[in-house]
Amino acid sequence: MTRDHGHHDMGGQPAGPVDQAEHLYALWEKRVDALLVLLSDKKRRIIGVDELRRGIESLPADAYERMSYYERWIASITANLVEKGVLDQDEIDARVAGLRVRDEARP
Amino acid sequence: MSPRFVVGDRVRVREAWPPGHLRTPAYIRGKRGIVCQHVGDFGNPETLAYGGDGQPRQPLYRVHFPQASVWPDYRGSAADSLEVEIYQHWLDPDQHWLYPEKGAT
Repeated sequence: MTRDHGHHDMGGQPAGPVDQAEHLYALWEKRVDALLVLLSDKKRRIIGVDELRRGIESLPADAYERMSYYERWIASITANLVEKGVLDQDEIDARVAGLRVRDEARP
Repeated sequence: MSPRFVVGDRVRVREAWPPGHLRTPAYIRGKRGIVCQHVGDFGNPETLAYGGDGQPRQPLYRVHFPQASVWPDYRGSAADSLEVEIYQHWLDPDQHWLYPEKGAT
Protein backbone atom coordinates (compact mmCIF):
# COMPACT_ATOMS: atom_id res chain seq x y z
CA MET A 1 0.00 0.00 0.00
CA THR A 2 1.47 3.35 -0.96
CA ARG A 3 1.26 5.90 1.80
CA ASP A 4 0.35 8.75 -0.55
CA HIS A 5 -0.74 11.84 1.30
CA GLY A 6 -0.68 15.57 0.71
CA HIS A 7 2.51 17.59 1.04
CA HIS A 8 0.78 19.71 3.71
CA ASP A 9 0.14 16.62 5.86
CA MET A 10 3.59 16.70 7.45
CA GLY A 11 2.89 15.86 11.10
CA GLY A 12 5.72 13.81 12.58
CA GLN A 13 8.33 14.66 9.97
CA PRO A 14 11.63 16.23 11.09
CA ALA A 15 11.24 20.02 11.02
CA GLY A 16 13.94 21.55 13.22
CA PRO A 17 13.21 24.13 15.92
CA VAL A 18 9.92 26.01 15.92
CA ASP A 19 10.01 29.83 15.92
CA GLN A 20 7.72 30.73 18.83
CA ALA A 21 8.24 34.50 18.65
CA GLU A 22 5.09 36.62 18.48
CA HIS A 23 4.79 38.72 15.36
CA LEU A 24 2.46 41.41 14.09
CA TYR A 25 0.28 40.94 11.06
CA ALA A 26 0.72 43.21 8.06
CA LEU A 27 -2.33 45.17 6.90
CA TRP A 28 -2.72 42.96 3.80
CA GLU A 29 -2.76 39.84 6.00
CA LYS A 30 -5.57 41.28 8.12
CA ARG A 31 -7.44 42.11 4.92
CA VAL A 32 -7.10 38.54 3.63
CA ASP A 33 -8.48 37.25 6.94
CA ALA A 34 -11.37 39.75 6.80
CA LEU A 35 -12.06 38.78 3.18
CA LEU A 36 -12.56 35.14 4.14
CA VAL A 37 -14.78 36.10 7.10
CA LEU A 38 -17.03 38.01 4.70
CA LEU A 39 -16.99 35.30 1.99
CA SER A 40 -17.88 32.56 4.48
CA ASP A 41 -20.44 34.35 6.65
CA LYS A 42 -24.05 33.16 6.98
CA LYS A 43 -25.29 35.80 4.54
CA ARG A 44 -22.91 34.88 1.69
CA ARG A 45 -21.61 31.32 2.22
CA ILE A 46 -19.41 31.64 -0.86
CA ILE A 47 -16.32 29.81 0.48
CA GLY A 48 -16.40 27.32 3.36
CA VAL A 49 -13.41 26.50 5.57
CA ASP A 50 -13.04 23.07 3.97
CA GLU A 51 -12.94 24.63 0.51
CA LEU A 52 -10.28 27.06 1.74
CA ARG A 53 -8.24 24.16 3.13
CA ARG A 54 -8.65 22.10 -0.04
CA GLY A 55 -7.37 25.04 -2.10
CA ILE A 56 -4.31 25.38 0.16
CA GLU A 57 -3.63 21.64 0.03
CA SER A 58 -3.86 21.73 -3.77
CA LEU A 59 -0.88 24.07 -4.05
CA PRO A 60 2.18 22.42 -5.61
CA ALA A 61 4.72 21.47 -2.92
CA ASP A 62 7.25 24.14 -3.96
CA ALA A 63 4.60 26.90 -3.89
CA TYR A 64 3.34 25.66 -0.51
CA GLU A 65 6.89 25.89 0.88
CA ARG A 66 7.61 29.29 -0.64
CA MET A 67 4.38 31.01 0.41
CA SER A 68 3.63 32.51 3.81
CA TYR A 69 0.49 31.54 5.71
CA TYR A 70 -1.75 34.30 4.31
CA GLU A 71 -0.22 34.02 0.85
CA ARG A 72 -1.58 30.44 0.83
CA TRP A 73 -4.96 31.77 1.98
CA ILE A 74 -5.24 34.36 -0.78
CA ALA A 75 -4.07 31.83 -3.39
CA SER A 76 -6.85 29.48 -2.27
CA ILE A 77 -9.48 32.23 -2.02
CA THR A 78 -8.57 33.34 -5.55
CA ALA A 79 -8.74 29.78 -6.93
CA ASN A 80 -12.12 29.19 -5.24
CA LEU A 81 -13.59 32.46 -6.57
CA VAL A 82 -12.43 31.68 -10.11
CA GLU A 83 -13.75 28.11 -9.82
CA LYS A 84 -17.16 29.40 -8.71
CA GLY A 85 -17.27 32.03 -11.45
CA VAL A 86 -17.42 34.95 -8.99
CA LEU A 87 -14.32 36.46 -10.63
CA ASP A 88 -12.42 35.46 -13.71
CA GLN A 89 -8.66 35.21 -13.93
CA ASP A 90 -8.34 37.88 -16.66
CA GLU A 91 -10.29 40.31 -14.48
CA ILE A 92 -7.94 39.66 -11.54
CA ASP A 93 -4.80 39.92 -13.71
CA ALA A 94 -5.97 43.23 -15.22
CA ARG A 95 -6.74 44.66 -11.79
CA VAL A 96 -3.34 43.59 -10.38
CA ALA A 97 -1.55 45.07 -13.41
CA GLY A 98 -3.42 48.36 -12.87
CA LEU A 99 -2.43 48.44 -9.18
CA ARG A 100 1.22 47.78 -10.10
CA VAL A 101 1.21 50.76 -12.46
CA ARG A 102 -0.38 52.94 -9.77
CA ASP A 103 2.20 51.86 -7.13
CA GLU A 104 5.14 52.38 -9.46
CA ALA A 105 3.92 55.89 -10.26
CA ARG A 106 4.06 56.84 -6.58
CA PRO A 107 7.03 59.00 -5.56
CA MET B 1 -25.34 9.02 10.67
CA SER B 2 -25.90 7.80 14.23
CA PRO B 3 -22.93 7.49 16.59
CA ARG B 4 -21.37 4.04 16.37
CA PHE B 5 -18.97 4.42 19.28
CA VAL B 6 -19.21 5.45 22.92
CA VAL B 7 -16.58 6.81 25.29
CA GLY B 8 -14.17 4.03 26.24
CA ASP B 9 -14.49 2.08 22.97
CA ARG B 10 -11.23 0.79 21.53
CA VAL B 11 -10.85 1.78 17.92
CA ARG B 12 -8.38 1.51 15.07
CA VAL B 13 -7.96 4.34 12.57
CA ARG B 14 -8.46 3.22 8.96
CA GLU B 15 -5.17 2.75 7.16
CA ALA B 16 -6.29 4.20 3.85
CA TRP B 17 -4.62 6.61 1.45
CA PRO B 18 -7.38 8.03 -0.76
CA PRO B 19 -6.87 11.27 -2.69
CA GLY B 20 -8.78 14.41 -1.77
CA HIS B 21 -9.29 16.65 1.24
CA LEU B 22 -8.97 14.55 4.39
CA ARG B 23 -8.96 15.57 8.05
CA THR B 24 -7.29 12.37 9.28
CA PRO B 25 -3.55 13.05 9.49
CA ALA B 26 -1.29 10.48 7.82
CA TYR B 27 0.69 9.76 11.00
CA ILE B 28 -2.36 8.48 12.88
CA ARG B 29 -3.73 6.10 10.19
CA GLY B 30 -3.61 2.48 11.29
CA LYS B 31 -3.04 3.40 14.97
CA ARG B 32 -5.08 2.09 17.89
CA GLY B 33 -6.72 4.36 20.44
CA ILE B 34 -9.62 4.83 22.84
CA VAL B 35 -12.63 7.08 22.24
CA CYS B 36 -12.60 9.77 24.94
CA GLN B 37 -15.31 12.16 23.68
CA HIS B 38 -18.09 12.40 21.12
CA VAL B 39 -17.52 16.02 20.09
CA GLY B 40 -20.68 16.32 17.99
CA ASP B 41 -21.95 15.64 14.48
CA PHE B 42 -20.63 17.74 11.59
CA GLY B 43 -20.92 18.04 7.83
CA ASN B 44 -18.43 15.73 6.12
CA PRO B 45 -15.40 17.90 5.23
CA GLU B 46 -14.42 15.48 2.46
CA THR B 47 -17.41 16.57 0.35
CA LEU B 48 -17.81 20.11 1.77
CA ALA B 49 -14.29 20.80 0.45
CA TYR B 50 -15.54 20.32 -3.12
CA GLY B 51 -18.74 22.33 -2.84
CA GLY B 52 -20.85 19.35 -1.69
CA ASP B 53 -23.47 19.48 1.06
CA GLY B 54 -21.49 17.42 3.60
CA GLN B 55 -24.43 15.03 4.11
CA PRO B 56 -24.78 12.72 5.92
CA ARG B 57 -23.28 14.50 8.89
CA GLN B 58 -20.53 12.50 10.54
CA PRO B 59 -20.02 11.99 14.27
CA LEU B 60 -16.63 13.42 15.30
CA TYR B 61 -14.77 11.77 18.16
CA ARG B 62 -11.77 12.76 20.21
CA VAL B 63 -9.54 9.68 20.34
CA HIS B 64 -6.78 9.12 22.88
CA PHE B 65 -3.48 7.49 21.82
CA PRO B 66 -0.36 6.75 23.92
CA GLN B 67 2.46 8.74 22.27
CA ALA B 68 4.71 5.66 22.43
CA SER B 69 2.24 3.76 20.24
CA VAL B 70 2.18 6.51 17.61
CA TRP B 71 5.92 7.18 17.24
CA PRO B 72 8.21 4.13 17.03
CA ASP B 73 11.20 6.10 18.37
CA TYR B 74 9.32 8.06 21.05
CA ARG B 75 11.69 8.95 23.90
CA GLY B 76 9.33 10.88 26.21
CA SER B 77 7.45 9.54 29.22
CA ALA B 78 5.40 6.37 28.73
CA ALA B 79 2.50 8.32 30.28
CA ASP B 80 2.49 10.91 27.44
CA SER B 81 -0.59 10.82 25.26
CA LEU B 82 -2.08 12.47 22.23
CA GLU B 83 -5.71 13.26 21.42
CA VAL B 84 -6.82 13.54 17.79
CA GLU B 85 -10.28 14.48 16.50
CA ILE B 86 -11.33 11.86 13.96
CA TYR B 87 -14.56 11.42 11.99
CA GLN B 88 -16.51 8.20 12.46
CA HIS B 89 -16.01 6.89 8.92
CA TRP B 90 -12.27 6.77 9.61
CA LEU B 91 -12.67 4.50 12.65
CA ASP B 92 -13.22 0.74 12.99
CA PRO B 93 -13.76 -1.25 16.19
CA ASP B 94 -10.34 -2.53 17.28
CA GLN B 95 -10.71 -6.19 16.33
CA HIS B 96 -7.38 -7.05 17.94
CA TRP B 97 -8.73 -5.88 21.27
CA LEU B 98 -12.11 -7.57 20.83
CA TYR B 99 -10.73 -10.85 19.46
CA PRO B 100 -7.04 -11.03 20.45
CA GLU B 101 -6.78 -14.67 19.36
CA LYS B 102 -7.15 -13.57 15.74
CA GLY B 103 -3.98 -11.49 15.99
CA ALA B 104 -3.32 -7.91 15.05
CA THR B 105 -4.23 -6.81 11.55
